[in-house]
Amino acid sequence: MDLNTALRELRLLDYLRLLWGDAPWVEPVLDLISIITVSTFCLLIVIFLIWLERKVIARMQDRIGPNRVGGKFGLLQTVADVLKLLTKEAITPVGADWVAYNLAPFLIVMTALLMWAVMPFAPTWIGVDLNIAVFYVLSISSVSVVCLLLAGWGSNNKYALLGAFRAVAQLVSYEVPMVLSLIVPIILARSMSLIGISEAQVLPFALLVPVSAVIFYISALAETGRTPFDLLEAESEIVAGFHVEYGGMKFGMFFLAEFISTLFMSSLFATIYLGGYRFVLGELFNPNYTTGNLAGILIFFIKTFLVYFVFIWIRATFPRIRIDQMLNFNWKFLVPWTLVLVLVVALLDRLVADSGWTVRTLAHLSSNIVIALIALGFARRRAAREKLFEEEFGVAEEIARPMILGSDGHDDHEHDHETHGQPAPAHD
Amino acid sequence: MQILFIIISAITLVSAVLVVSVRNLFHAALYMMLSFLGVAALYALLESGFMAATQLLVYIGAISILVIFAIMMTRRLMQTTESPFNSQWGMSGFVSASLFVLIGAIVLQVYPLDPAVAGGAPPAEELVTNTVNQLGVAFTSADQLVLPFELASVLLLVALVGSIIIARPDVEAEVEDES
Repeated sequence: MDLNTALRELRLLDYLRLLWGDAPWVEPVLDLISIITVSTFCLLIVIFLIWLERKVIARMQDRIGPNRVGGKFGLLQTVADVLKLLTKEAITPVGADWVAYNLAPFLIVMTALLMWAVMPFAPTWIGVDLNIAVFYVLSISSVSVVCLLLAGWGSNNKYALLGAFRAVAQLVSYEVPMVLSLIVPIILARSMSLIGISEAQVLPFALLVPVSAVIFYISALAETGRTPFDLLEAESEIVAGFHVEYGGMKFGMFFLAEFISTLFMSSLFATIYLGGYRFVLGELFNPNYTTGNLAGILIFFIKTFLVYFVFIWIRATFPRIRIDQMLNFNWKFLVPWTLVLVLVVALLDRLVADSGWTVRTLAHLSSNIVIALIALGFARRRAAREKLFEEEFGVAEEIARPMILGSDGHDDHEHDHETHGQPAPAHD
Repeated sequence: MQILFIIISAITLVSAVLVVSVRNLFHAALYMMLSFLGVAALYALLESGFMAATQLLVYIGAISILVIFAIMMTRRLMQTTESPFNSQWGMSGFVSASLFVLIGAIVLQVYPLDPAVAGGAPPAEELVTNTVNQLGVAFTSADQLVLPFELASVLLLVALVGSIIIARPDVEAEVEDES
């Protein structure tokens, strides 16, 4: 293999392996090169992602967006922002827990970067093909919860601590439907390795089990704290939540981690539900088609950015939800229905395991549609009931009867009186 | 490999000692996490990725968070000045030391130190590559671990129901509220 083919097939590491022989230092050096490349790529693409987000949201809201710095499209706007953040003074507030306060931003970026180790960008472009890749991703993302607590506690500010509690409540609860919805593609692929899941998708799993894909997408929105679940740092209501005491690049690192993990969630969605680097159309028309590295990486990023675009789209169009709505939606709607979905898919896949792909697809798709319709029917009835309550008493049921910590019977009673005493709102 | 093992074990042990000797409770919880992380790294070093990920997910992602929440609910936490040792520290030290000797003796009896094995013959390839599948099969086949697995799930269910009952608001107040 000469340099030309290596470049064309994007197999530079194999080329270096040939070039350097099999000395004991070669593999560690190659690992180091790959780690530095992937991490730097993730850190640098955030600059582009922020620009993209501002530009796209601006267009959706009929504005122009950044357009001064760096030529026609304001391409260098975020570069300027990053430079500004980097030159700001690094402050540690008086009374803050020095270790916790300064450790949190580093740890959160580290966890966001660590997850990329198992992501297959192209057939041979993968850090490690762990046979527990999905589980690894979940365990690493659970560690990021610790960083939020570190930040909230270390700031020595009660609002930061309360913000951290809110954030942890949201992240821990939405981890449940995320794990459960990821079980479905694992059952279908009979593998937890991301390469194994990609290879198992003759048709993308989003067509087989759309309900699981939607639930995963919603919990990914919540896990990354994006609209409509951005009540963690609702800029217009509470100032910033757990990172209220952070400034300069320390704040920038939380921002960075959020964008890296959003991109990661998009690429995870693309890999698990859309077939990752595989070009499904090509495979359908030509059974012998195999995706090469160059095509693979292009297809992977097209899919990833399509999913990422939907993230931005949702951010530009959805309103923010309240914390009780967020928790109710998770525990009373998502979790039970995901459990039903997992049970149905497991049983059904057992029954049709020996049939061909057409039967399997049809069976899963129809069961998914039935589950979705039943679940939406229940949600509709519940919404109608809540609306009735709100029309009668002029206040949402969840606000009128707080079931949150510390509400004993006495408090409930008083509150009830208040709501009864309120005049009904004018309907006009 | 050997050096890595020594470094990781040293970090694990030192942070485990710091958990009980440090004065600031929150820092103690952080050291506990570091110790858990060291154990996870040891699992990874033993080619047991599934155990390592489980250690991360359960011990750092769940149990440590719970412990930190409990610590944060403690009053006057930042001003703790009293020593972490009390009059019983000698006694409890003796109990834990004898427990360590007991467990060590049992482990050595079941897996005696064999110089031939200790030389570092790596385990067979098929044993290492598919641990998750083997674990799954073992948990669901009737002649292996299905009974303890199911018992554990019943135990967890009981714990869940129990915690809901404890956390539930007063039933009488609820009835009054409805009427």
